[in-house]
Formats: sequence, structure tokens, C-alpha cells
Amino acid sequence: MHSRYRPPRGGALLRGTPALLSVLCALLIWEAYVRVSGISPLLLPAPSQVLRQIWSSREMLWANTVPTIRATLLGFALSVSVAFILSVLLDFIPRLRRALFPVFIISQTLPLVAIAPLMVLWFGFDLTPKILLVALVTFFPMLIALADGYASTEPEVEELLRSMGASRMAVYRMARLPSSLPYFFAGLRISITYAVVAAIFAEYAGARSGLGIVILNAKNSFRPDLVLAAVAVSSAMTLCLYGVAALLQRLMIGHRCTGGAA
Amino acid sequence: MTALSIDNLSLKLGGTQVLDDISLHVAEGEFVSILGPSGCGKSSLFRVLTGGVAADRGEVRVDPAARIGAGSAFAFMPQRDALMPWRRIIDNITLGLEVQGISRADARALAEPMLPEFGLAGFDRHYPHELSGGMRQRAALLRTILQGRPIQLLDEPFGALDALTRAGMQRWLERRFHAAGWTTILVTHDVREAVALSDRIYVFSPRPARVVREIRVDAPRPRLGRPMSDASRRIEEQLLDILLEQRTA
Repeated sequence: MHSRYRPPRGGALLRGTPALLSVLCALLIWEAYVRVSGISPLLLPAPSQVLRQIWSSREMLWANTVPTIRATLLGFALSVSVAFILSVLLDFIPRLRRALFPVFIISQTLPLVAIAPLMVLWFGFDLTPKILLVALVTFFPMLIALADGYASTEPEVEELLRSMGASRMAVYRMARLPSSLPYFFAGLRISITYAVVAAIFAEYAGARSGLGIVILNAKNSFRPDLVLAAVAVSSAMTLCLYGVAALLQRLMIGHRCTGGAA
Repeated sequence: MTALSIDNLSLKLGGTQVLDDISLHVAEGEFVSILGPSGCGKSSLFRVLTGGVAADRGEVRVDPAARIGAGSAFAFMPQRDALMPWRRIIDNITLGLEVQGISRADARALAEPMLPEFGLAGFDRHYPHELSGGMRQRAALLRTILQGRPIQLLDEPFGALDALTRAGMQRWLERRFHAAGWTTILVTHDVREAVALSDRIYVFSPRPARVVREIRVDAPRPRLGRPMSDASRRIEEQLLDILLEQRTA
């Protein structure tokens, strides 16, 4: 619990340099391998070729990225809202927690490969099954993060508040909710990456457009360069969403500097 | 005038007897310590007083004249400072007032004149992790005092501090609390601390806690920051003997 000091400003870029270098290295090795070995681009296209593919199909890729982003964000928003409301209910009503938690755990045991086509069967090719699938995948991690966050509240702080005459609601608002925020943001950063994967998977199982469909079609027409182009776009998108979550965390609780994920 | 009297209080927690027929009283403006071995149930007594648990038997009476409004008669300071890391020091200090429904502006107006006395002037906008252990403890003490309750309950307030900081805080507390005449109950297992700070000391037995001795400390003040008086030394020896006897008994 000793005070820790924040790194100097502008350090973020400096700290990111090793990561950028290692990614760049991996791409260079890949590129060199493809050129030296003379492997067919139908098996393994070089990064430079994937990059060219992204540029030449940029309009098509963008048109298919938008529905994926929409499904991801809507599904994730639904999941976080439901997880938050339920977390409050479960926190106040332990009996409800005992009744519902096993159900949520079972929901996490369902294989996506089976669920995704069923969702499409039940809800059609529109946005609904994608939103539901994203929510299904990300809901439980968010709920767990919040529940663990509430449980991390220092008992002394709660005892103090009760000694001051605080109601159960006031204890929640002044101690349990703020205590849960580091856990909430850790959950947010992890879940947003699952959300993108789930959205693409849902599209893969059946959709009119989206990165999942691009990947499916490119695979069926033996275009690994296009598959990888769509993968690169989805990775970039995931990184951006992760960055937004991390930024949100910094803005909301960056000043705390105690425990939790940095 | 008696501010608080506790008569024949007994408490069972989960089938174990924790408090056994405790009777004690505290006069207005008096500084009373409860001295006993760790885990003897001293803190449980505070939980009864603050309403955290209900006693099985016995009575707690607070002088009605000392009560302000309908609220609790007690302001409680837990063992660790329990400062909220997400609140600035000023907002930690005014926590009790906020719970009482006092507006933020009014609460700050009450707190700000007290900051210099508690060595916190200029630190009100800081977060707890930016403060030293001693400052955090003084902030927690000010949070307790500021609630305006007639009786202060301090649960081993210096237990988590290093020896030097603790010595400094004890000197400060002796000066400050006796100058202000705040009615205080201090729970501690530190004999020297109890003798230095208290007007009277109740010695508790190991669990289940009973009052085994009541001792008036009549040594001259200030007791800290100068050579120890013979009276203090004598009482310290006596208390240590009682505590050690209890252990072997």
C-alpha cells in the first residue's frame, strides 16, 4: 500500500516501443520466410501482400467492419448494463445470488459452435443474434468482475460507515461501488476483446455482412490474403476498443494508485 | 457527570462467549483505556456500542444531555485508518458529516478550520496514498472528531504505525485530546500507551473478556516527552503483572 509514482508524461510511447518492435520483428521474419522459401501465396501470403490487399479492398472491408463494430458495441453495452443491474440485485439479495449464479455458470459452458447457429436459426440473419451472442459471451466475466469488486471492499470501511449510521444503500454507494471499479475496468478490458471475437463468430454462423462474412467468403474462395486482411482489421479494431477501455479506466480511477490492475 | 455507563454486558458470537458481564463507566471529558491481550474481545465491545452486533444481556446507557439529536452517541475509529483511496483527504474527513446528510460545502466549512491542528493544512486536496502513515492516522482521527459525537471510540489507532511515528502520534494525542477534553475510550494492548494517555484504565481478561481491574492513573501530565514519573512506572509494572498473571492463569 505504499505510494507509487506515475511514470513521467510521454512515457507511454516509450514503454510501447518494445512491443511495437517485437510485432515488427515477427512481421519481418514472416516476410523474409515467404520470400526466401518461395511458398505459394495461396498457402501463406506475405505481410506486404496482406497490406496491399487491405488497401485495395479498403471500401469493402470498411463496409463490413461497420456492422461488426455495431454488433460488438451494442452487444457489449447490453451485457455491461445487464451485468451491472444484476450485480446490484445479487449484492442486495444473497438468496437470489445462490439461485442464479449456477445458471450463469452453466451459460458459460455452452459451446459457441453450437449456440451461434441456433441463435441464427431462432433470430434470423439480422443484428439480434449477434448482439445476444456477444452479450452471452461477455456477460458473465463482467458480472464476476463486479461481484469480486464488491467483495474486495475493506471490512473496516464498511464497519466505519455503519458506525456513522449509513444505510445499506449508502454503504453500497459510498464503499462497495467505488471499491469495485478497478475490478470492473479489468473485466471491461478483457471482455471487450471477447466481444469482438463473439461478434465475428456470430457473423460467421450466418449474416448478410460483417468481418465474419468476409472471412467466410474469402476462405471459401481460397483467398488467404483476404482472410488475413480481415483478421488484421479485426485485430486493429479490438486494439482500439481495448485502448478506449484502458483510457476510460485511467480517466475514472487513474488517480488512485492503489492495488488492482494498472 | 457520567457520559456512558455499561452494566453487566454479555455477548456471544457464533456460540463463543466473547464478553462476560462487563460493567464500566466513562465520565464526561474523561480518557479511558481498555487494556487487554489481543483477541480478547475489546473490539467486540465497540461493535456493540456502534450497533454492529446486539448484546445478549446487559445495558448501555448514554447520558441524554450528552446526546446531540437522534444519532449515535459514538464516533468510531477502526484499527486501520480505513481512508477511502478514491476520496481526497478533505472528502475522507467529512465522510461522517456526509452520511449525516450535511451538504458538502457545509461539511468542508466545518472541517477546514480543524486542518492545521491535525497537521493536515495544505494536504486536504491530496489522496490518502500521498500521505505518510502518521498523517493518514491524524486524518482518520479528525474524521472521527468531526462527527460531533459525544464519545470517541478509538480501536488500537496506532497499531499499524512504525514505532517512531507511533511515539509522535501518542505525544500529539496526549496534548490534543486533553486540551480539548474529548470524552474518549481507547482500546489497546500497549501498556505504555494506556498509562501515558489515560485517566483511568480497565484491564480485560483473555476471552471471554471480563473486567479484572480498574486503575486510576494519577501521574502528572504531560506524561510523554519527558522522563517517566515514578507513578507512571509503578502503574506500568502493576498492569504488566496483571496481564501476565491472566495469561498463565
